[in-house]
Amino acid sequence: MSKRTVEFNVGRNPEMGVDGSVVDSPILPFDMPEPDLGTENMLINIGPQHPATHGVLRLVCELDGETVKRVIPHIGYLHSSFEKLGEYRTWNQIVTLTDRIDYLAPLIYNCAYVMAVEKLMEIEVTERCKVVRVICMEIDRIFSHLLWLGTTAIDVGAFTPFLYAFQERERIYKLHEAFTGARITTSATRVGGMMADLPEGWTDGLQDFIDTFLNTLDEIDRLLTRNQIHIGRSQGVGAISAEEAINSGFTGANLRACGVEYDVRKDQPYYDYETYDFEIPVGKHGDCYDRYLCRMEEMRQSVSLLRQALERLPGGPIDVEDPNISLPSKTDCMSDMESMIHHFKLITEGIPAPEGDCYMAIEGSKGELGMYIVAEEGGTKPVRWRIRPPSFVNLSVLPKLAEEHLVSDLIMINASLDIVLGEIDR
Amino acid sequence: MTLDETKAGLDAVEEGPHPSERSTGSSDGKIDDPDGHPSVVALLLRFGDSVSGHRVSAGTQHVVWIDSARNLEILHWLRDDQDHQYDMISDITAVDYGAGRPIDVVYQLFSTVHKRALRIRCELPLDGLEIDSIVELWSAANWLEREIYDLFGVTFRKHPDLRRILMPHDYEEGHPLRKDFPLRGRFSRAEQTRRALDQSVEHSYIAEEMDLGRDPQQAAPIIGTKDGDG
Repeated sequence: MSKRTVEFNVGRNPEMGVDGSVVDSPILPFDMPEPDLGTENMLINIGPQHPATHGVLRLVCELDGETVKRVIPHIGYLHSSFEKLGEYRTWNQIVTLTDRIDYLAPLIYNCAYVMAVEKLMEIEVTERCKVVRVICMEIDRIFSHLLWLGTTAIDVGAFTPFLYAFQERERIYKLHEAFTGARITTSATRVGGMMADLPEGWTDGLQDFIDTFLNTLDEIDRLLTRNQIHIGRSQGVGAISAEEAINSGFTGANLRACGVEYDVRKDQPYYDYETYDFEIPVGKHGDCYDRYLCRMEEMRQSVSLLRQALERLPGGPIDVEDPNISLPSKTDCMSDMESMIHHFKLITEGIPAPEGDCYMAIEGSKGELGMYIVAEEGGTKPVRWRIRPPSFVNLSVLPKLAEEHLVSDLIMINASLDIVLGEIDR
Repeated sequence: MTLDETKAGLDAVEEGPHPSERSTGSSDGKIDDPDGHPSVVALLLRFGDSVSGHRVSAGTQHVVWIDSARNLEILHWLRDDQDHQYDMISDITAVDYGAGRPIDVVYQLFSTVHKRALRIRCELPLDGLEIDSIVELWSAANWLEREIYDLFGVTFRKHPDLRRILMPHDYEEGHPLRKDFPLRGRFSRAEQTRRALDQSVEHSYIAEEMDLGRDPQQAAPIIGTKDGDG
């Protein structure tokens, strides 16, 4: 496995004193005995409507002065029961639910869901479809990381990276729109293929994006990576050891920041990820700063993956040529009796599944995204559709991470976990 | 579509999804060929009397049904044994097939050392929806088990903080992902609104938090009441 440790030439909390000696960062508290004020712990409620919680998350904190003693997260404000709704829908109808789960990376969720269904039905998609889906997933990884980058920076007081990041996101929105017709609710995949093939000239637009995107990323990098305030706010904050991180279910960049080389794309490869040349950034300290470095490097790797995918994008059909799975073309429906029957059967009944269950994990932008599907023999709807939500499990570690930190650190830790509430509440 | 047909369609929504009658979904004591997965072979050897079935699903995925009374012991062994080392719990969930059939609790394991995945399932009869919590093995299980408790009504013994997680902590309509739960909930929309409007600020806090917010010098809690500013 190729791996690369993220190491920048940045000291841990470096600051030069007046006489040239290295002193601690000014953020560190004074070493002074605290007077006993004899106060009681305070209960403070953050959210659910608060910009720094990145969604409708409510944190009830017990504070001793400014130190967080305990955090009790309350979630469920966006609960829409997608899993229950899925039990009433046919396989292809569920696709529209999946992009509402994580609206920051809708294409990844579209792909993950149909991949699980295809795995259960043992459908092998075409080569072109595989590469198109890799493009979709990598572009949305950048899409999601950019939002995380902008909002996290704004949480610690840096406003400019937010504007830079959102300008780049706008370009991805335009690519989404050109491909799927929607900016957020893409619903681009279908069982056995895609909703449509890439429109003409779309790859040129993507090429244009990946050619210039790294310039913006470098600018943001210059603004944050060696920024004294950013370093002071994130280094040594919310650190967790590798062993503890695995045990508490961390996945994705959060886990890799602790030094664990676990990436589903490498460990359980799908869509020929093993043949692409890319590296997994791995951190050392497991704190907010290393999570930041890992995600920054991941975006660069995603650009490299996109470039390779564009190079190898083969021609040919995008849907599997099986009339029981893919819809026939509209022209065929109107002129050919058999196609019309297939069209009718597919629309009214759906695709029959074999009996069994299937768990398919992919590397989402937030961590390991799993789709678990249980089907009955010949069933055109799932008996159970379960999403293994990476943000949900990552957020469950927040109380442990925030303990004994300041309230302002709690905001930074929460931001660095990269959560999306639509997926936590489902 | 006539009005009656529309109404019939809506009634179906109220009834809940059809229970799965065609799917066996259970272990049936059937053992598929365990070759190709060393952990399954080892489980059959060591815990043969507690393994009630084994299937290969979706081509390559191995599923093992075990006795729900021994879940903690078997998972502990799978986590710590040198040849297996399933150090990561990817997912815990439950499956309800409806029609009075047992509810399955599903553990999805992954070993970052051996790069192997394994799925363990435990059947729980509807009149005994109780199983040992595995939070002491993986702290990731904490919220995942709370979610199953919330949505399926499965009780996890010795769970440190077993309360609802996605639904409100004082939700009274039941467990939404059960097959007998209608899509729109048990209460009418009017009743749901009435209850929502009827709530005071204290409803948003669990008992533990209420204790924190209570000033020992005063009788009333300081977080405000229904009549207060909240």
